[in-house]
Order: sequence, then structure tokens, then C-alpha cells
Amino acid sequence: MAQDNGNALHVELVAADRVVWSGEANMVIARTTEGDVGVLPGHAPMLSLLVHAVVEIVTTGDEVVIAAADGGFLSVADNRVSVLSPHALLSNEIDVDAARADLEEAYAIVEPSEAEAHIRRAEARIRAVERAS
Amino acid sequence: MALSLREYRAKIKSTESMKKITRAMELIAASRIIKAQQRAQAAAPYARELTRAVSAVASHSKVDHPLTTEVRTPKRAAILVITSDRGLAGAYSSSVLKEAERLAERVRGEGKEVDWYITGRKGEAYFKFRQRPVARTWTGFSDQPSYEVAAEIGNALIEAFLKEPDEDGVADEVHVVYTRFRSMLTQEPTAMRLMPLEVVEGVEKPAEADLLPLYEFEPSPSEVLDALLPQYVQSRIFFALLQAAASELAARQKAMKSATDNAEELIKKYTRIANQARQAGITQEISEIVGGVNALADANAGSE
Repeated sequence: MAQDNGNALHVELVAADRVVWSGEANMVIARTTEGDVGVLPGHAPMLSLLVHAVVEIVTTGDEVVIAAADGGFLSVADNRVSVLSPHALLSNEIDVDAARADLEEAYAIVEPSEAEAHIRRAEARIRAVERAS
Repeated sequence: MALSLREYRAKIKSTESMKKITRAMELIAASRIIKAQQRAQAAAPYARELTRAVSAVASHSKVDHPLTTEVRTPKRAAILVITSDRGLAGAYSSSVLKEAERLAERVRGEGKEVDWYITGRKGEAYFKFRQRPVARTWTGFSDQPSYEVAAEIGNALIEAFLKEPDEDGVADEVHVVYTRFRSMLTQEPTAMRLMPLEVVEGVEKPAEADLLPLYEFEPSPSEVLDALLPQYVQSRIFFALLQAAASELAARQKAMKSATDNAEELIKKYTRIANQARQAGITQEISEIVGGVNALADANAGSE
């Protein structure tokens, strides 16, 4: 997939307080409320909502960057992809043991709606690490 | 004389240690400002992308959302005042509070009642001392605000804003008063209206290159907007908190610098007085000795 930069996606993975990752990529896969979406260069402009899940970025160097995003949204326009999330972590920044502990705790929450959000968040983090390794 | 000389020496010593403390605080504030500015810069991309997205939705679909609709006859307004947790920052907190009072005066002039939302212990203490009711307070993060705190404040304000009219604690308008960080030297207290949201698009004509493309919305424009607007509000509050944090540190640095300068002046003044007192003591001693010698000499001369 050796492509020149004019034909690549410029990806910015942005959390509320920092830019988590930015660079050129060949493909971005994210999970929206409607299901998984893969974005290739030349994708039509799109704005969609993300769920707590894994975001996968295949860079132009064929490396795979994996991150866990806590909701937020994805916007695509002119080969520019922005993944915005209030809270996002790259797979190598995630503390798996903490995530597992959070998951255990989340199962203990009685309130169903609150428990679900916590479970999803912890699961997304664990999955991001598993996918990366 | 000797006693007062000792007193002056003690004063000089205590002023010196005071100077050391204020000097340390000045340096700490100065190093933290850089961090605070970096945090504000790091948060900018998120705010920028969010604004882009909101204006994209706004320009493609009719914006008709509870968060953007004006209440026809607003009766109550909520004012969020962002103050500091700690003092020793000069007029920082009091000038924000003054600005807030001015805003409240204006809002009351328009026939609305005011509910106060406060962040920072200084603001909390100000209202407690005057025994004025406060709807909610948040404390303990003024120099290092996190996004979680901004989200919590945002959610509380959105909840108040979305309440039915006549319900308890409803706010028809939400204002924020914070200190804008202009530069290291100037920080100005600023009031902005947070809700109903004014959609940014239309204020400035976008340049040719900034024209927004035709987006596809998933699942639907209104649902995207539903999710975007609260985050937009939170990010605005986060922005205000970060600005306030940087301003607080700059104000503290300035206040501590002038405190250090004042301490230096005082030390100089006390040293002069102490030297004078010491000199006066010596002069007196000498004149006593000379007087004694003279008296002796006179007595000897008389006896011869």
C-alpha cells in the first residue's frame, strides 16, 4: 500500500486536553452508533457519533495504531479525519490491570445505565490492548 | 537605644524570611504558568474541531435544539463565577467577583433573578460571608482544572437550563464570568453567555478555503447535534477554566513579585534606621566617655 502523501488521510485523534495521535494514515476504523466504519482516502464527508470502543488507524508506514475512545465523534472531510473524544488513550498508555479492575467494579454497580457505560469503557480499553498485542 | 536596635534587627530578619517566601511563590507561579499555557494550547485542537463540527451541523440542518432556543420571557439566569481556591494572587478573585456583580446587576435590571454557581474557595467564601444563597459550588481544582470537572459543571448547568419553566432551580440563561488570559501582564475578567448557545457560524463569514463540505450525518443530524452540543458546552467551560487557571497564576506571580519588591524596600528602610540607631548609640557612648574624661580632667586641674 505504498501511496504518496497526496492520497493519504490526515488523521487527528484528539482528546479534550491533548492531541493523542496525529499523522498520515491509509485507513481508519472506528465503531459508531451505527456499527463499524472504515474510512479510506477519498471518503465522502461524514460526521458520526462514536461509542465507547476501539479506534484503529493504519498509518502510511503500515503500522497499526490502536486507541480506546470514550465516545465522542468522527468527522471526515477532504481526506482529513478527526476523531474527537472527551477521553482517549493509545493502547500503550492503557493500564490493563486497572482496566480489568474497573471492569470488575463496573459489574458490581447496581444502576443498569451507569453500569453499562462503565463496563463499555473498561471493555474498550481491554480490547484495545488485546488487539495491539 | 540598644533595645530598639535589637528590635530593628529582628524586623529585618523577619522581613528577609518573608521575602524568601514570596520570592519562592513567585518562582513557583512563574514555572506553573508555562504549564498552564501549554495545557490551554493542548486543549485548543479539540475546541477547534468541535466548533467546526457544530457549525457544520448548524449550516446543514435547521438548528432547532433545546440548548439553542431562547426562552421568550426569561425569568431566571444562572451565573457561573470562576474564582481561585487560594489567595495571594492580588486582586484576581475580587476583580472576577466585581465583574460578576456587575453582570448580575444588569441581569436583574432586565427583570431576571440570579442563581449563583461558584467554582473556587475564594468565591465560595465571598458568598458565605455575605450569607447569600448559592446554587452549587465546586472547589479544589482552580490551578489545574481537568476535563472531568468541566464536564460535571457543564452537565449541572445543562440540567438547570433544560428544566421546565417554573420548576425549581431552572435557568433560562446561563452566563460564565471568568478571567481571560491576554498576556503575562494583562488578564481581564470577562463575562460570556453560555446558553442559549449562539451558533458560531454566521458571526464571521468563512473564508473560501474554510467552506464546509456537505457532510453525511450518522445516525441523523438531530442526533449528532444532541450529542455534540453538550460536549460543546463542556469544552467552552473547560476553556474558561484553563484560561482562569493561567490568569490566576499570572496574577499570583505579579502579586508575589511586588510583595518581594516591597519586602526589599522595607529591609532597606529598616537597615537605615537600624544603622542610625547604632550610630546614635556609639555617638552617645563616645560623648559620655569624652564627658567623663573632661570631668576627670577638670577635677584633676582644680585639685592641682
